[in-house]
Amino acid sequence: MEYHFDVPVSTEKIRKLHVGDIIYVTGKIFTARDEAHHIMLEKDKDNLAFNPSEMALFHCGPLMKKENGKWKAVSAGPTTSSRMEIFEDKFMEKYGINIIIGKGGMGERTEKALQKYGGVYTAYTGGAGALAADRVEDVPAVYWLDELGMPEAVWIFKVKEFGPLVVAMDSHGKSIYK
Amino acid sequence: MEKKSIEGGIVTLIKKAETELPSDVVNALKHAYEIEQGVAKTQIETILKNIDLARKSGRPMCQDTGIQTFFVSVGIDFPYINKLKEWITNGVKKATKEIPIRPNTVDPFTGKNQGDNTGEQIPYITWDFIDGNDVHITAFPKGGGSENMSKLGMLKPGVGIEGAKDFVVDEMIKAGGNPCPPTIVGVGIGGGADLSLKLGKKALLRPVGVRHKDKTIAAIEKELIERINKSGIGPMGLGGKTTVLDVHVEKAHRHPASLPVGIVVQCWADRRANMVIHSDGTWEVK
Repeated sequence: MEYHFDVPVSTEKIRKLHVGDIIYVTGKIFTARDEAHHIMLEKDKDNLAFNPSEMALFHCGPLMKKENGKWKAVSAGPTTSSRMEIFEDKFMEKYGINIIIGKGGMGERTEKALQKYGGVYTAYTGGAGALAADRVEDVPAVYWLDELGMPEAVWIFKVKEFGPLVVAMDSHGKSIYK
Repeated sequence: MEKKSIEGGIVTLIKKAETELPSDVVNALKHAYEIEQGVAKTQIETILKNIDLARKSGRPMCQDTGIQTFFVSVGIDFPYINKLKEWITNGVKKATKEIPIRPNTVDPFTGKNQGDNTGEQIPYITWDFIDGNDVHITAFPKGGGSENMSKLGMLKPGVGIEGAKDFVVDEMIKAGGNPCPPTIVGVGIGGGADLSLKLGKKALLRPVGVRHKDKTIAAIEKELIERINKSGIGPMGLGGKTTVLDVHVEKAHRHPASLPVGIVVQCWADRRANMVIHSDGTWEVK
């Protein structure tokens, strides 16, 4: 099945998704890799300048360019998700994330968290950075850019019809990688 | 000798590598598209669309523009040998801003990103000397996701070449979807620990589809391709027939007590571009 969602998506809708479904998302997504996961798990949730629970999480360290004072995505495909396995269950619990976008798949801890909290792990084609960047309509904000540098910073993207995303791990304990 | 012109040439070289995939890789991906179905076909289709868009728009095909890696063959009569490292390093800094490419050099102790793709030992340059007065440079930007799946096995010689083959197949199955398959796998057998990995990386410079000139090694390459593709890992680990586009094996003589096997993995974005600098300072990027 193919679905087109506006983010945030209700848990009820997420629970209807199964491995092999294709989704496209429109709305806000935020990037977070190793360092951002680490920082955000330490930070007080209420003092963050953005609300992750309203967005999808994108494992991505984009290539960005500042043009006329505004950030623009040049190339922005997914990074290897398995590096975030050590953080993700706690991260989902803390921030109420229910859509993860990445590549390569994740492990058992995330699989259990997806079941428990009602989430999906979706795969975007690794390396297809130029194509992904074309779906980024706006970059409303960036956090921790000076401390973490371009790849590790948290970038907020406004995306339109971001996909195709393959549901690779669902909320029913199924994983395409097994 | 126009210093600026040659540094500009290095920028052109990096841009070519980052935005235009060599035709041997594109052709292998097109073949994969023909034989795949379902989700696997969709993945290859997205890759092919992305390659096309990157080439037409002059943008890096992948946001991970890699660690800037160069293989340089220096003609011993080239008159400006002492300038080459500076030209390459300055070219990398310029490329970071002008193309642009992602700043990818991080201090391992402080975590600080240098911001210009240079740093200790980086750009990573391998020097070689040849006759003549031209310099040949291959740019080989290397992504982190695939590099992370590289492996060194210091095997016991008793396991033989069969053991070496099993090691490669097992490790590539373990890597699953992580290195952005379909990958190209470089394998160095023999030498010491560092040499086997170096050979594995150098093996990736050979175009996709070209077999080793030694018939025995060529047969091993074919066997490895078949065995890894039988795993069904497929494009991006989502299942399918194409897990590797190619496997290239190189060898060195080994110590009697050692059987080193170095595996270096390259994602489908097997980015390579070549440049020649002549003794009068003119250059071409191919």
